[in-house]
Amino acid sequence: MRDKLDTFSIKSFRYFALALLLAASLLGTFSNSARAQDPQPPSDDQVNAVAKELYCPVCENIPLDVCPTQACAQWRELIRLKLSQGWSEDQIRSYFAEQYGDRVLAAPPLQGFNWVFYVLLGVFVVIAVVVYIRVVRNLKAKPAAADAATVKPVEQDDYFKRMEEELNRREKSR
Amino acid sequence: MDQSVDHSTKTATAERRSLPAWVVVLAFAALIAFLALIGVGLRRVQAGPIVIGQQVPDFSMTSFDGQTHHLSDFKGKVVVLNFWASWCAPCSQEAAELEEAWRNYQPGGEVIFLGVDYTDTEPEALSYLAKFDITYPNGPDLRTRISQMFRITGVPETYFIDQEGKLAYVKKGPFTSLAEIQAVVDGLLQ
Repeated sequence: MRDKLDTFSIKSFRYFALALLLAASLLGTFSNSARAQDPQPPSDDQVNAVAKELYCPVCENIPLDVCPTQACAQWRELIRLKLSQGWSEDQIRSYFAEQYGDRVLAAPPLQGFNWVFYVLLGVFVVIAVVVYIRVVRNLKAKPAAADAATVKPVEQDDYFKRMEEELNRREKSR
Repeated sequence: MDQSVDHSTKTATAERRSLPAWVVVLAFAALIAFLALIGVGLRRVQAGPIVIGQQVPDFSMTSFDGQTHHLSDFKGKVVVLNFWASWCAPCSQEAAELEEAWRNYQPGGEVIFLGVDYTDTEPEALSYLAKFDITYPNGPDLRTRISQMFRITGVPETYFIDQEGKLAYVKKGPFTSLAEIQAVVDGLLQ
């Protein structure tokens, strides 16, 4: 009797677990389809996060996120469209660069001739550090040399020697 | 004392002279590279726009319908190259006149109109073309190559290229009438 009960309880637990699993999977499917039917439109902040790294050639030096012209408004709407289509920020930036040229990007991409700018930047930083270290070293070394230089003429100057002798002589004569 | 002073002076001099050779070489290389970059940039800037009478370099434009048009394909024809954008209000003032002119000249086959859409978004550009029922080839200025070649200062701007491929006339701003377009084109056809 006990064995039968045990078998029954195991079976019922299995059915219960299966039903739970099925319910969970159905719930997941419905929630996904509900999400797909009602996607959240990209917010202004999301659009501006991409736009602030882009520049419209018409309004030079004004980032796209704050540019007030109609052309820039259209570009922002295009960003919104691409974001809603599931494009990543990098994909959108690449798209804009392909369409309108690299000059719409806030920083030149790390490719082709642009490497020169980044390499030169590194070289200039290294040179600046070397020069800075040398200047600091020289500044530290100079006071000692300056002290030595100020002592030397006083001690070697004949005028001071004679004056010293004269003072000594006068002191003795008293 | 004198010896110590001399020694310190010598040490300072030695330190001053001890700049590693690679640093000097690197500094000069960087300087030369930097100057070369500036030189290239200046050369580009000073190249200036294509002037009237100058041969227009070949370029290609892929229109919104996917066809690629090369300027060299139109040798022997007058090419009317119009830069526009959907966000440009003055462009819409001349859109109808340009289309009308195109329809007048299209049967003769001696004139070709090309529309270059400058820094525009495709959905709005297509709406603009549909709104004005524009039928001549139009396409985006990919990477703004064509507009940079002509160094346009804004839109609309229209460039007339003669049968020999030389720039013949430039109109900055919108055309005010069909007659204005025809006067330039007819002058080139004669």
